[in-house]
Order: sequence, then structure tokens, then C-alpha cells
Amino acid sequence: MEQNKIICISCPIGCRMTIQSKDGKITSIIGNACPKGIKYAEEEFINPLRILTTTVKVIGGELPLVSVKTEKSIPKRLLLKAMVEIAKIEVKAPVKIGQVIKDYLLGTGVSLVATRNIKRVDSNLFS
Amino acid sequence: MKLEYDLVIIGGGPAGLAVALEARRNTVKDILLLERDKYLGGILPQCIHNGFGVQYFKEELTGPEYAGRFITKLKDCQINVKKETMVINITSDKRIIAINRDDGLLHIQSKAVVLAMGCRERTREAIAVPGSRPAGIFTAGTAQRYINIEGYMPGREVVVLGSGDIGMIMARRMTLEGARVKAVLEIMPFSTGLIRNKVQCLDDFNIPLKFNHTITRIEGGKRVEKVTVAQVDKNLQAIPGTEEEISCDTVLLSVGLIPENELTSEAGIKLDPVTRGPIVNENRETEIEGIFACGNVLHVHDLADFVTEEGEIVGRAVGEYLKGNRKFRSQPIKIFPGDNIAYVVPQHIDFIVPGRKKIKLFMRVKKPEERVKINLIDDKGRVLTAYKKRIVTPGEMVSVFLPEVLLDDKLKNITISIKRD
Amino acid sequence: MKTDVVIIGGGVIGTAIARELSRFNINIILIEKEDDVAMGTSKGNSGIIHAGYNDDFNTLKGELNIKSNPKFDKLCADLKILFKRIGSLVIGFSQEDFRKLKELKENGEKNGIENLEIIRGPKLFELEPNLNPQAKYALYAPSAGIISPYKFTIALADNAVINGVKVLLETEAKDIRIEEKQVYGVVTNRGLIETRIVINAAGLHADEIAEAAGDNFKINPIKGEYQLFDKQWGNLVNHILFPIPTKLSKGILVAPTVHDNLLIGPNSYWVKDKDDPATTKAGTEEVCEGARKLVPNLPHQDLVASFAGLRADIEGRNDFIIEASKKIRGFINVADIESPGLSSVPAIAEMVSGILKEVVKEISPQLELNCQDDFVETLVEQPKFADYLDKTGEWQEIVEKDTDYGEIICRCEKVSKGEILRAIHQPLPARSLDAIKRRVRAGMGRCQGGFCSPKVLKILSEELKISPLKVSKKGPGSEILKTKTKEIIKETGVKFKDEVRV
Ligand SMILES: Cc1cc2nc3c(=O)[nH]c(=O)nc-3n(C[C@H](O)[C@H](O)[C@H](O)COP(=O)(O)OP(=O)(O)OC[C@H]3O[C@@H](n4cnc5c(N)ncnc54)[C@H](O)[C@@H]3O)c2cc1C
Ligand SMILES: Cc1cc2nc3c(=O)[nH]c(=O)nc-3n(C[C@H](O)[C@H](O)[C@H](O)COP(=O)(O)OP(=O)(O)OC[C@H]3O[C@@H](n4cnc5c(N)ncnc54)[C@H](O)[C@@H]3O)c2cc1C
Ligand code: SF4
Repeated sequence: MEQNKIICISCPIGCRMTIQSKDGKITSIIGNACPKGIKYAEEEFINPLRILTTTVKVIGGELPLVSVKTEKSIPKRLLLKAMVEIAKIEVKAPVKIGQVIKDYLLGTGVSLVATRNIKRVDSNLFS
Repeated sequence: MKLEYDLVIIGGGPAGLAVALEARRNTVKDILLLERDKYLGGILPQCIHNGFGVQYFKEELTGPEYAGRFITKLKDCQINVKKETMVINITSDKRIIAINRDDGLLHIQSKAVVLAMGCRERTREAIAVPGSRPAGIFTAGTAQRYINIEGYMPGREVVVLGSGDIGMIMARRMTLEGARVKAVLEIMPFSTGLIRNKVQCLDDFNIPLKFNHTITRIEGGKRVEKVTVAQVDKNLQAIPGTEEEISCDTVLLSVGLIPENELTSEAGIKLDPVTRGPIVNENRETEIEGIFACGNVLHVHDLADFVTEEGEIVGRAVGEYLKGNRKFRSQPIKIFPGDNIAYVVPQHIDFIVPGRKKIKLFMRVKKPEERVKINLIDDKGRVLTAYKKRIVTPGEMVSVFLPEVLLDDKLKNITISIKRD
Repeated sequence: MKTDVVIIGGGVIGTAIARELSRFNINIILIEKEDDVAMGTSKGNSGIIHAGYNDDFNTLKGELNIKSNPKFDKLCADLKILFKRIGSLVIGFSQEDFRKLKELKENGEKNGIENLEIIRGPKLFELEPNLNPQAKYALYAPSAGIISPYKFTIALADNAVINGVKVLLETEAKDIRIEEKQVYGVVTNRGLIETRIVINAAGLHADEIAEAAGDNFKINPIKGEYQLFDKQWGNLVNHILFPIPTKLSKGILVAPTVHDNLLIGPNSYWVKDKDDPATTKAGTEEVCEGARKLVPNLPHQDLVASFAGLRADIEGRNDFIIEASKKIRGFINVADIESPGLSSVPAIAEMVSGILKEVVKEISPQLELNCQDDFVETLVEQPKFADYLDKTGEWQEIVEKDTDYGEIICRCEKVSKGEILRAIHQPLPARSLDAIKRRVRAGMGRCQGGFCSPKVLKILSEELKISPLKVSKKGPGSEILKTKTKEIIKETGVKFKDEVRV
């Protein structure tokens, strides 16, 4: 019998949960205040996933960067690899909130989408 | 330009936006929102991480997305907005002076005023970190603005002081952008931020979080070169012999937020010494009738969702106030923080509201405790009602309901206390 | 490069001398190793214009302080900086203290100060309601005043520049070129400046400069630490409050500043490093404890800044050195200018002017020193939004002429963009965030630049036409930003991968 203590990050409440497992199989999960906790614990046990939020360079925009996120969570182990990939991307202004900046990020099938609008300007002194 | 309004809102963050929308829904006609920045949304456009909206929209959004939803709605409501306009003075009779490039100085008279100016970050000086004064010392929010909005990295090797949410979020953000975050130091024996942020911002990236530790000295002539770190004792004093040097070029401070309270106190509004925001009743109305406050200018919130909720309370309250049909209790009920409670908002209950079932009270605890009861106690020491909580920590705002049925005429004071269950 | 006079050091002494000498028809260069003037002792001090009862009139300190004190009203009015003659009180608690106060008073009267008064009883608390209730006596000197020492220095420099002085910043004197016991030039990091007269006003480093010219004295730095409280507390005291002075120092004082902050400090102890004005925990505690003896209730929760300054002390010598070198022609020392150096500024400058005349007679009798008839004595008053909060109509007119005055950049000190642009383009221009802060106070308030520094950085980058990455806090090496977002991860993303728990 093994015991793992984890904290659910699916919402700001942050339930403290205990996963009991035997031979790599979950036998019980306790401590969650809602069903989302169960799903989180299961994923965390097998393949931890995270949403990645960062920025992407914008050409010709009112600001030099647009904030972005992965539309769904991606494996935690890919976070930094994804950052290196994303550092190479440049998008042209204007950018619309929800616009797909890159699909199939690192072959995950998850796309990177803009989380704000960026207007176009003719010149940007500060970038 | 028009200089008389029913409602002027100062600040276009989530608090101000919620007030504007809710006031419009409550038939307030002439609304003006003043914002000093170029964009609406307050602090949210730079909070590019997710974790917003889980309570309010029942989905997980990033800061810019959360703000974006309200900004879009605002556009549909034809509310007057003046951006890049800084309010510099409010008087107790609700005259507002603001300034911008195009109009110069504006003198505006309003029937109701809402303070929604947010908060500012505590600085190195506020916590008196000794040492030299080189470049490379930033508050976490300023660093966040440089990285996420302006597009510049303020450092490569970082030590974060304070485990507040912004500090932890910035530790992750800088790590993701390739900087090395060598440690996050927390002088208390517990984190002052949300627990989920410790997990996903620090633990995920193996960033050490050292409790009971602080920076005792910053060194460097032109740029930060290193910091001396030491363990502290129960009285938060450095323990000799535990010092350790960490080389770094940047120190990020996440040592607390303070309500942006200049305008508030200049208007002659009394502040709560703990929240450092105004003292308010259940409508979030300050001691000056018709001047309301919500969001971080009132007390520092950890969740934008609660800010929105508070803004909506004010939006409705402004509607009632302008209609002028409010009914006061014969005497207000004062609410006091008791054992392990730092503060409670609202600080008093003033009105009789037909049909109201309960009043939500927001509070912060002083230290973490597990398996507790939150007791609401009357003047005579009787427990009016109690709530069980598995865990309370200073980083997470706690809320409980005060049922209307308990509020009889004779009740003068309520004390809220935390007791081991 | 060639000139008639080189002044080394852009502290209050160097800039005051530069302004005084700019009355003459000669070419003057002032060199300063930092990126702005007032980066040394002249920025970290108490900013008190002393009445002059402390020192003996037979010393230069005593004499020059007494001579200077009455000149500050006009000088500051000319330079358009604040000077407030609020008076000082030296506080006594015992019979013993009372005797010392009487001695001070007698010394002051010998020096010619007429209006000194010993106060006791209830009147003391009428003057200072927040004074320690145990206080019994005070020596009251109405002629003492307060000034902002760095604003004073900058204004002196501005005025000197207007009158033709060339100020070279980031220019460090490395050596003095001497031939046959006559000064020939100053070797700097930017090359040689040929000159036959050098004035050594290098503050803490004056001994090194003097050594290059063959004069020997050694300067030991004595540190003094301060704490500054929020503007709402400036009225906690009405006068400058001193404890009974010791041989070493005037002690830890409590005073308002001209900008309505409350200042406490300094302590005093010898240190090794001449360029390290770091504050310490022990120092902070010492200063607080010292100040509490005068005013027990200090607003510790509203601290906005702590800082330190270094006094230039020559062991065994308790007076200024202001003289032409006896060994080298053309070399003038203005050294060991410890307290009351600031209070003695006008008279020091005049004295150096007199010495210069002598030196000129000696080394080039044919040169005639004449006053320029177009000497400009006054600076033009520059409007500050913070001064117009109750005169908004007048500010409206200013904004209508120039919309930059309608954009507020620093919320705490209420500084408009127009004022910041002015600081970047004034005679002695600001080139860094700290230089802007000293000129117009942007970043000096409660949030200490948290809100306005990104904005000021942007304005500096636009006005100076440099990349934001080049904008610094206080000169090269102190740049605020490291690189553009994305650049580090591009270089190192893979390297740190191992450190992530995946
Ligand atoms: C780094 C960080 C991370 C956070 N993470 C989360 C999270 O993950 N999830 C979550 O739910 N919440 C989070 N929060 C909390 C939430 O964002 C804040 O509580 C919320 O933004 C507060 O809203 P507000 O409207 O009171 O203040 P603000 O958002 O600060 O808005 C105040 C506005 O008023 C304007 N203003 C101020 N003074 C004046 C004046 N004199 N004249 C005109 N305008 C003025 C300001 O420019 C600003 O736009 C985070 C906060 C921070 C700082
Ligand atoms: C703690 C403290 C409190 C004080 N309080 C008071 C007071 O209340 N009243 C009062 O009257 N006086 C006071 N004084 C004294 C007063 O501050 C000094 O007398 C005065 O500032 C000295 O000015 P300065 O120009 O000689 O030195 P500085 O301001 O140090 O100027 C010297 C300049 O020379 C530059 N420099 C050095 N070496 C070189 C080089 N090689 N090349 C180029 N530039 C160089 C330095 O960078 C510096 O800018 C106080 C002093 C201290 C330390
Ligand atoms: S289990 Fe449910 S309530 Fe608890 S943290 Fe996870 S999502 Fe939130």
C-alpha cells in the first residue's frame, strides 16, 4: 500500500487529498470537496497535466507581446520545451482574443490561443 | 463635456467594471467611469496566468480573459468611460477633480461615488531590508508588468522575498522565461498565498520555498550582486549563525499589498487600521453617505471573483441609494474580529432590507488552523451560529453567512472567533 | 581638451565653486565620476543649515558657517529651491545638559548669533507637543533652517552651466599631470584635460587627488544612517530637534524635510569603504532608539526610505582644508568638508574665489579676472503640479499650453510628464531614473517607483533615443532591465530543463 498526499489545483480552494495505491493502481482517493478533485488526482497520479500561460511576440501591435494559453492542459514535463518553441513564434497584429496562434503545440494536439486583443499600430517606439 | 453624474466610479479594474454593469442593471442612468491607465481591466491584463473566474463564470480563465468579458459587456451598455484620466481629489460632498492631457483639469459633481482604485505593493522600505540600493530590486507586480506587458526581463538570477501569490506566480513566470529562481523566502512559518500556487508555481519547478527565512542584507554597488539570507526565530528576528549568501542579480519583493487609500483618506473617510481601507457597512458604503468602496481599495482580495461579487453588491446599493428609499436600523450592528481573525468586512450592518435572507461576511485569519469552527457571537457571549471549516489560512479569504433571522432589534455587536473544533 | 580651471567633484562644494567662479570670464570644466551631480555626501546628509553655535569662530568651520547662514534666503530664492528657516532646538534632560546648553549658547553669542534663547517648562511643549515629556530645557536657535541638499547641488550646477561651466559626467580624475611643480592637466578616464588650475573638491576621495599632487592627508569615512517617513508625518515636529552634541557629532536628530517628510538620523561610525552607503540593521535600530529619546512616538509603519551618507573625516584635524597647495602651483584643496559643510557653502565658494585670484596672480599675472556682465544669478521657477493642487485653474492654463502637463506619471508625488521632460532637458540634464527622482521627485513617494518607474523608463528611452535596455538607475552598470522577454529562454531553455521536476 502506498500513500500520496497531493493538493488539488483545479480551483482556488485547494483541497488536500490523499491517494492510496497498490502496484501503481489507485485504490482510494479522499479529501476532495467536489468531483473535479477525483479527476485531478487520477491525472496527477498517471500523467500530470498543466495549462501553460505565457506570451508571444507581436509585430506591429500596440504592445510588443500578446498573452496566450494552451487551450487544454499539456503534460507537465513538456512545459519548458513548449516555452522554447513559443519563444520562436511571432504573430502579426491585430490579434483577437481566442485566435489560434499555433495548433498542435509540440504534437500534443493542443493549440495555443491568444487571451487578449492587440490592436495594430504603425510604429511602436518602445519595442 | 458633461460634468454632473449620478454615479462616478474611480478605477476600471474588475471592481469598477462590476459596479458599472450592476448599477446600470439597477437603473442608474448617468454613469462615468474614470481610469488612469490606457486600458481597462486594472491589474488583470498583466496577470496572464489562469485561475480567474472559477467561482463567477464556473470556468477557468486568465486575467486578461476575465477582464475582457466585462469590458465587452461595458461597451454594449453605453457607459461613459474616460481613460488615461487620473483622479486627484475627492471631497466629502462628492466633487471629484481629475486630470488628463485633453481636458486638463475636470471638476465633476456626482450624486454617488465609488472608490475602486485597487491597491499598491509594499516596498522594501516598508519592511526595512538593510543593505545597499542598487538596480535590480523590484516589487513582483512591477516585474510582472515589465515581463508580460512591456516585454522585458528584469533579471536572470532571482531571489523572491515573500510567498504571496504574486511572488509565487512570478517565480514560475521567470522560470518559464529562462531565468533562474534560486529561492523563495517567507518570514512566516506558512505561505501567505494560495496553496495551489505553491503547488503549481514552486513545487512543479523545484523552486525551494524556505519558511522562517528572510533577507538580512542586499549587496551590490550598481546592480544587485548577492543577498544574505537568514533563518528567523519566533519573534521574526534573524538567528545568528544561520546566515547564508545567495548570489543573484535580482530581488523580487512580494511582501504584501496595501489599499490605494490616499484619495479615501483625503476625502476624510475613516480607515480600518487592519485592512487600511475604509470602514464600511453591508452596502460597502463608507462613513460618508453615498461614497462606496469595493475591491482591493477596500481590503485586499486574493480572488478577482470575490472582487466582482463585491462590485455587484455596490452596484445594487448605489441603485437603492439614488432611489432614496433605504431604511436604517434603529442602531447599527458592529462586527468585531475575535480570536484568530484579523479583520471582517463589512464592519457594521446599518439597514433593514425586506426579503433579505442573509449577509455574507468576508474575513481573514491571522494564522493557519485546521479543523475549526467559526463562531458568530453576540454581546452576551452566546454563539448565534457557527460554521465548520477544515482549514483556514491567512492567504485565503474566508466567508460566512450571517442569517437575517438572527438580526433582532436589540443586537448591537457580533464578534467572530475561530475555535478548534 | 583645454580649459582654465578644472573642478574635480560634483558635490555641493564643487558645484557651488563652479557657480561662483562662473562669474569670471574664464573657462571652467567640472568633472564628476558618477552620472549626475550630488551622488556622494551631498545626497546623504541631514540637510540642515546650522545656526552656527557649535564650532569655534576661530575655526574655518565656525567662521564660514556663521558667514553663510544669512545668505541662504537670497541664494535659495535665486535658485528657486525651498529653504525653510524653521529654527532648531537642542534638547536637554538634566542639570548637566543645562550647563552644556549654556556653553553652546555662550559660544554662539561669541560667534555673533544674537537671538539664541534657552527655553524651559511648558513653552517647550507648546513649541513641540510631541517632544519626550521628560525633556526640561532647550537651546532655541531661530536662524537654523532646512534645505534639500541634492536639489541645492543640482540647482547650483544648473546655474553654473547657464553661465558657461561645462559639466562632464561619468568623468573620473585618475591623475594630476604636474610639471615642475606646476599643474598641467587632469588625466581622466576620457583622456587628458589640459589646465593650469585644479580645484580638488572630490569629497571622500579628495585625499587620493591630493596625493597625486603630492599633498598628504588621509580621509576616513564615517557613516551616518537615516530613516525617512511618509509625508503625513512631517508635522510631528515643528523644528529641528537635536540631542546634546558630543565631540564627534551633533547626534541623532528629528526634523521635518522641506518636502514634509519626517527625517531621523544620523548615527556615526567609522567604515572602510568610501563608496558603500549601505544601511544596516544595527544602524536602523540605533537611529530609531536615538530618535525616540527626543520623540517617543515615531510612525514606524510609515517608513518610505532609509539611506546613509559618508562624512569625510581626517583624523586629528577638526576643520576644513581650504587652501592653495604649498607644494604645487595651481592646485587648490577644498577638502575635509564635513559638517557643517552644507551650511558653509556660500562662504566656502567665496573663499575659494579669493584663493583663485591669488593663484591666478601667481601663475599668470597677465590674465585679468573680470566679472562677466551677463552673469545670470537666478534660475527660472518651473511649475510643479504638486504645488498647484489648490490652484487648479492656473494649472489648467499650463496644460492648455502644453498637454504633457496634463499627464500624471508619478501618482504618489503627483508629477506630470511635462516636469519629467523638463528634467531630461534642463541645463544639467537627468539621464537616469535616480537623477529624475532627485530633480522632480517621481519615484520618491510611498510606492518608491513601483507605479511610475516603468513609465519614467519609457520616457527616458524615448527622449534620449536609447533602447529601454540602456536606461539605468544611476549610470552604466545599473541598467534596470536585462534583456527582452523570450531572449533568455532561447539561450538557456534546455539547460535548465533538468532542474524542473517532471
Ligand atoms: C499578480 C496577481 C495575481 C493574481 N492572481 C489571481 C488569480 O489567479 N485569480 C484570481 O481570481 N485573482 C487573482 N488576483 C487578484 C485580483 O486580480 C485582484 O484582487 C483584482 O484585480 C482587484 O481588482 P480591483 O478592481 O479592486 O483593483 P485593480 O485591478 O487594481 O484596479 C484598480 C484600477 O483603478 C485604477 N485607478 C487607481 N487609482 C486611480 C485614480 N486615482 N484615478 C483613476 N484610476 C485609478 C487603476 O489604474 C486600476 O486600473 C491576482 C492579483 C495580482 C496582483
Ligand atoms: C551623515 C551626514 C550628515 C550631514 N549633515 C549636515 C548638515 O545637516 N548640515 C551641514 O551643513 N552639513 C552636513 N553634512 C556635511 C555635508 O554633507 C558635507 O559637508 C558636504 O556634502 C560635502 O560636499 P562635497 O561636495 O565636499 O562632497 P561630495 O558630495 O561627496 O562630493 C564629492 C564628489 O566628488 C566626486 N568624485 C570623487 N572622486 C572623484 C574623481 N576622482 N573624479 C571625479 N569625481 C570624483 C564624487 O563622486 C562626489 O560626487 C553632513 C554629512 C554627513 C555625512
Ligand atoms: S476537489 Fe474540487 S473543490 Fe477541492 S480544490 Fe479540487 S476542484 Fe476545488
